[in-house]
Amino acid sequence: MSTSSKINQTQKLIDEVLSVYPEKTRVERELHVRPNDPTSDCSSCAVKSNVKSRPGVMTVRGCAYAGSKGVVWGPVKDMIHISHGPVGCGAYSNWSRRNYYNGETGVDSFGTMHFTSDFQERDIVYGGDKKLGVIIDELDGLFPLAKGVSIQSECPVGLIGDDIEQVAKAKTTEHGKPIVPVRCEGFRGVSQSLGHHIANDAIRDHVFEKAATEIETTPYDITIIGDYNIGGDAWSSRKILEAMGLRVIAQWTGDATLAELANAPKAKLNLIHCYRSMNYICRYMEETWGIPWEEYNFFGPTKIYESIRSIAALFDDTIKANAEALIEKMKPEMDAIIARYKPALEGKTVMLYVGGLRPRHVIGAYEDLGMEVIAAGYEFGHNDEYKRTYPLLPEGAVIMDDATPYEMEKFTRALKPDLVGSGIKEKYAYHKMGVPFRQMHSWDYSGPYHGFDGFSVFARDMDMTVNSPVWGLIRKPGAASAATARAAS
Amino acid sequence: MQTKDHNTLFSEPEYVEQFERKKEFENGSSPEEIARVSAWTQTQEYRELNFAREGIVINPCKACQPLGAVLASLGFEKTLPFVQGSQGCTAYFRSYFSRHFKEPIATVSSSMTEDAAVFGGLSNMIEGLENAHALYKPDMIAVSTTCMAEVIGDDLRAYIKTAKDKGVVPSDMPIPFSHTPSFAGSHLTGYDVMMKGILGELTGQKAETSDGTLNIIPGFDGYSGNLREIKRMLTSMGVDYRMLGDYSDVVDAPATGEYDMYPAGGTKLSEVRQAVNAVGTVALQRWSSVKTGEFITKEWGQEFVAGPFPIGITATDGLLSEITELTGKPISDELELERGRAVDAMVDSHPYVHGKRVALVGDPDVVLGLISFLLEIGARPVHVVVTNGDKKFKKAAEALLASSPFGADATVWIKKDMWHLRSLMFTEPVDLLLGPSNAKFLWRDTGTTFVRVGFPLFDRHHLHKRPIIGYNGATNLLTDIVNTVLDEMDRASMDSASFDLVR
Repeated sequence: MSTSSKINQTQKLIDEVLSVYPEKTRVERELHVRPNDPTSDCSSCAVKSNVKSRPGVMTVRGCAYAGSKGVVWGPVKDMIHISHGPVGCGAYSNWSRRNYYNGETGVDSFGTMHFTSDFQERDIVYGGDKKLGVIIDELDGLFPLAKGVSIQSECPVGLIGDDIEQVAKAKTTEHGKPIVPVRCEGFRGVSQSLGHHIANDAIRDHVFEKAATEIETTPYDITIIGDYNIGGDAWSSRKILEAMGLRVIAQWTGDATLAELANAPKAKLNLIHCYRSMNYICRYMEETWGIPWEEYNFFGPTKIYESIRSIAALFDDTIKANAEALIEKMKPEMDAIIARYKPALEGKTVMLYVGGLRPRHVIGAYEDLGMEVIAAGYEFGHNDEYKRTYPLLPEGAVIMDDATPYEMEKFTRALKPDLVGSGIKEKYAYHKMGVPFRQMHSWDYSGPYHGFDGFSVFARDMDMTVNSPVWGLIRKPGAASAATARAAS
Repeated sequence: MQTKDHNTLFSEPEYVEQFERKKEFENGSSPEEIARVSAWTQTQEYRELNFAREGIVINPCKACQPLGAVLASLGFEKTLPFVQGSQGCTAYFRSYFSRHFKEPIATVSSSMTEDAAVFGGLSNMIEGLENAHALYKPDMIAVSTTCMAEVIGDDLRAYIKTAKDKGVVPSDMPIPFSHTPSFAGSHLTGYDVMMKGILGELTGQKAETSDGTLNIIPGFDGYSGNLREIKRMLTSMGVDYRMLGDYSDVVDAPATGEYDMYPAGGTKLSEVRQAVNAVGTVALQRWSSVKTGEFITKEWGQEFVAGPFPIGITATDGLLSEITELTGKPISDELELERGRAVDAMVDSHPYVHGKRVALVGDPDVVLGLISFLLEIGARPVHVVVTNGDKKFKKAAEALLASSPFGADATVWIKKDMWHLRSLMFTEPVDLLLGPSNAKFLWRDTGTTFVRVGFPLFDRHHLHKRPIIGYNGATNLLTDIVNTVLDEMDRASMDSASFDLVR
């Protein structure tokens, strides 16, 4: 079939960008970088994803430990998460994701703390199981209000053949609290993604039907799944759901407790925001207990209204009426935010390269502000994500899977987006380039971005960065003297 | 229309009520129970339990070896740090430095996965070097390792040779390497062994006579400003020096509209080759130069001096006199003037710091320097916690403390962490806390006045650009400390007559 000129034009750009790679790597990368075809008619436009990164090519990706400890388990606030192995992984990942929580740290909550078994040479040689047992006992003494412990395995644990499952089993019985072994060694899989899956499985195997508490149930019980409460995202989402008359019985895993993990199967519906990191557990609950699940998107008013209505459609007329009333109440506020910021952002273009959700989920919020996403990619998306993304982007947009900083820079130069959204490792290169940049993992220490309350923060932040006067001060070395010389002549 | 972000939004009544409602599902402990345990964690009884632990480490003040190896590598011109092992580690090193320096950090990984665990990392190394060389065109690739490569026993020397034999990288390209598993040492030892590896790889021909130059090794120093300051001081003294591993311009590059993955700066490789002919080498830090020092003494046959890390007047005097001894260049008039100004400032400010009880946490050389400085201004170190300190450090710190009556209250704790320090600060309170950003949780828990110093500094901007070493560094440090004390004094006296205009 014939392809459009936009697609051909983008393909030409992609070919140019990839031409510098050695042959083997170029051929491989070609499968991951494609022009977008929103209709999906162009079969060759689909990108390949969730495969290994090329050695020696700078990847933005992390590892399975980051996916489990950093993403899924770390935010569970009333459990202690041991970074099991050497000191580094826990040091680098400590409190970097801003999973906000309420509680007294070190007493009944532990989110900002770094617990490590700090493996030394002797632990590698003789194994760390004995030490792990000692550690669990010590934690029980020092932190009596902790509701459980998870063991987040680092690379050496899996390589030296430790049997953490055995230790966890014995200690669970001994202390009467769940001790959860998680096999999220960093070398497993190709990115954070497998770590999410392993973490989901550990909840399934070690929390469900083991740590549930008594709670009253109602026909309106739902959960929030896959919201890590970055900068308070889950709280502003919960506010909407509660205003609809729904009862959020569990928040996974931002500001979560062990009981919330364990009681989720009592919900009538699981609502999932980050599909990539938690679809596994939703599917499991559906297969096992017949609990339906629904994806939703709380970025920007258009998507929030849509999501509110599709969630309400699954409930009775009271909820539907509440939903309409909420939309009616909030619309003037949202319109005011748009009226304030849209004139300064209208027509601006955006390039996004984030984890497994935002490159598609924030498109609507940008569009609400009159902005257009012209290139997008995922660090660790699978086919599922890309299929959901193609229809949302314009024809000929660059789709890039596991993009490298080099590719991102080249596409930035060619496409000249007015804003780039990605992570901390990418951020400062764009500051050198003079390209407005926002961190779209941590919200650049701002937030929340979810929900109605989040949209006003999102709009403010995008505006301040795109329209900051500071970009105008950047000049090339020598530019000043050249200008002076011209003036003199 | 006022935008409310997380700083104020969640104290709105509707959120406060939401948090109350959420408790129904949390199965949390009762407020009484939380209050009881919270108070208990502040007791002597808890301290004893806390200090009895042998397994778990909680909030340690250290990072791991390859982080240090990456920083050492960044100090050389057009050098690409290459980490053999799992890719997540490299993502973490880059993030960690970016959070501290607010700069892009270029480092690649060989992205080893499960198959490498079975078959070894040779093919990852070969393809990795080929890609890195083709794509990033470095002049040197500096290889370090993660735990994974070390546990499976990757033979770096053989792998690099194989890669060169296969022609994926030029045979004359310098590819130094170091073994840097996270399960030994800390970021300091990783810096040390990578530095040793690079110097070993680039050692040039030794001439019959010295060229009269002095080599300077900065060590693992979170302050780009410190590197620039020591260079300025040496220039002031007329010392013909070369810094080995000068990352100051690499981690503090200008915004020019272009991103250069190798910012102008970094020690030229040709300079490193000459280093063997210097009159001697001075490492500013002792604990990040142990192996490097052995190498220089043995292989280069050179005089090697490590430290003292020049924080405060006495340590700076000490370091400069070592330099004078090696080079014959006396301290310059300019530096003498700076010394006088720093001392003058310390005299001016002493009433606000004299007798203050201080807790310190950080890396050995930095902490040793801070102790020295505190003793000079009449402050009293009380808790000295150095997670990556060894017995030698403990001995050195204790000797320094014993040299002054102001050191009499101090206890030096090595291999202890910030959760230990929390117990110490609750049971034996202090007036002032000095440490990296991670220590802010101690500030919150104990309400102790806190000055950020050391590495990492994540939550305050640009501190790394201002030196804390040398005489000017002493003035900077003094300014930070005394004004923080005064800020707190103002806050505490807002409702009293003590709210003075002149301090």
